[in-house]
Amino acid sequence: MKVLPKIPKSWNLETKPHKFCPGCGHGLILKALGQVIDELGIQDRVVFGCDIGCSLLSWDFFNVDSVQTHHGRTTPVMVGIKRANPELVVVAYMGDGGGYAIGSQHLVNAATRDDKITVLLVNNTNYAMTGGQMAPTTMPGQKTETTPYGRDVSEAGYPMMGPEMVAAISQDGAYVARGSVARFRKLKEYIKKALENQMAMRGFSFVETLSTCPTNWRTNAEQTWAFLEDEMTKQYPPGELKTPTGKEG
Amino acid sequence: MGEKPIKGEQKAFMTGNEAVAWAALAAGADIMYGYPITPQNEIMQYWTRLAPKYEKKFLQTEDELSAGFTTVGGVLAGRRAFTATAGPGNVLMQEPMSMAEAMRIPTVVVVQQRGGPSTATVIYSQQEVTLTCFGGNGEGLRVVYSTSSHQELFDYTIKAFNTAWKYRFPTFVLADGYQAKMRESLVLYDPQEKGQKMVPTEAFVGKPGTPGEDRAPAHLRNTYNIEEELMDELAKDIKEYEEMTPEITEYEEFNTQDTDVLIVAHGIVFRSVAMAARELAEEGLKVGYFRPITLRPFPRQELQKAAAKAKQILVVESAYGQLLKMVKDNLYGLDVPIKGYLRPGVGITPEEVVADVRTILGEEE
Repeated sequence: MKVLPKIPKSWNLETKPHKFCPGCGHGLILKALGQVIDELGIQDRVVFGCDIGCSLLSWDFFNVDSVQTHHGRTTPVMVGIKRANPELVVVAYMGDGGGYAIGSQHLVNAATRDDKITVLLVNNTNYAMTGGQMAPTTMPGQKTETTPYGRDVSEAGYPMMGPEMVAAISQDGAYVARGSVARFRKLKEYIKKALENQMAMRGFSFVETLSTCPTNWRTNAEQTWAFLEDEMTKQYPPGELKTPTGKEG
Repeated sequence: MGEKPIKGEQKAFMTGNEAVAWAALAAGADIMYGYPITPQNEIMQYWTRLAPKYEKKFLQTEDELSAGFTTVGGVLAGRRAFTATAGPGNVLMQEPMSMAEAMRIPTVVVVQQRGGPSTATVIYSQQEVTLTCFGGNGEGLRVVYSTSSHQELFDYTIKAFNTAWKYRFPTFVLADGYQAKMRESLVLYDPQEKGQKMVPTEAFVGKPGTPGEDRAPAHLRNTYNIEEELMDELAKDIKEYEEMTPEITEYEEFNTQDTDVLIVAHGIVFRSVAMAARELAEEGLKVGYFRPITLRPFPRQELQKAAAKAKQILVVESAYGQLLKMVKDNLYGLDVPIKGYLRPGVGITPEEVVADVRTILGEEE
């Protein structure tokens, strides 16, 4: 008999099925995070912070202490918690708008200061909760509600290469990776390494995840997969961008 | 645990910013988060010199949004956390304090008012009254103490931590650039030695035990799906705010039994007003004052009582009617004329107040 994969112990079953749209990638990322929390045995000391946008739907997703914050402000709230109580393992969960636009100053400075926190950022190339406007990660030529004729790079600039930026400005002990919901095992590995980096107090850790948004992309399953795998990965190559040079903790 | 920062009563002659740093230490504050803006910088500067000696922490953030939100985080972790700001920084501070208001997070913020609007001056004003009392997209469910001396800056900074942690509303100590930068004598003390107990803190997140097994997880949010859900939450907060109000409102008054002119002022302007009122009263003129110490919640009944026995009210402030609006709001329905001596962003001397009161009395005769 085939054994079904277990639902992570750290998930809050009372709020399942979750509130994300069918085909959305958030559920997979949060599943990976849940499994990592279980494997590391840190359910009693993780604090999960979520942003505004679709990420806020995860405010009661886990049986871990969780704080829903303001748009872009999850990073400083988690920095504040970590600085006040370094025993806790803090996860700042946000979308591309929250991390790269309205909260980019917090991301840049937390990375530069080498705050011992983990930032998980979901890149689905648009502001999804507000109805599909252009995000810093919208692809060149991609149609959104505020780029109805496609993102014109001469007007709106090029997509934000978040992990590349964080890798460039962060310190030696930092961990930076870009995963994809299409590569679940890799994604889980990256998230685990990011949390382990924080637990070893080696440095800042950051994982961007390429994710799907069929609702706002207006794509069927096949088109959704194709956009993620064929288009997004060309612009945003997945992989580890920075691994800590320090000794294994 | 490091040793106690203050033993016994210690006379000091220092700036207001230094007094705030000592007060935060005396109150047992654990961590300050801050961003430079004049005229509050020396709070951070003294704190960073004193803090390591007593195992206290500091984080200099990238802006006031971050200073406010990290303070929120520090409080969520169960620490006495605070920040300080002014002017345009206070504008940014309203976003995190709106979250603190929504989630009943006991943050403490010291505001040293500077000129406004915009960058204006780094010197002084009373133009952050409306912002500090009612900033954010909410109902002003916060506590604002307006101090008028260095001793009060010390006393009320300590008190702010207790009010915040007892009632769980964000609490502000509202002073100004004069109080921040001027040197004055005061007495430093350890509140516990004087029998003033510090309200214990409590972690919102990271409590002992595994969530979902040993205890319920903390699921803290400030967003709601439906109107009624929000209304229920707000109704509870408003009720608790109103129940708290008589317990914490503070004011001072003089000569309010039967006055021709009742002067209303707060903060450092109150000191000029007090000197003026006493001088005129000594001449036998019927002049008194009323000073709200808590601007939020406002001592409404007490002001109404004093105002009911006055022929004329004069509101004196270094702003263009911010306190005046609050006074009018709180005296609605009372048939007493209200005038303003309004000097936005400029200091007010006792002589000016005396002259204005004499003009009013002269006009009436």
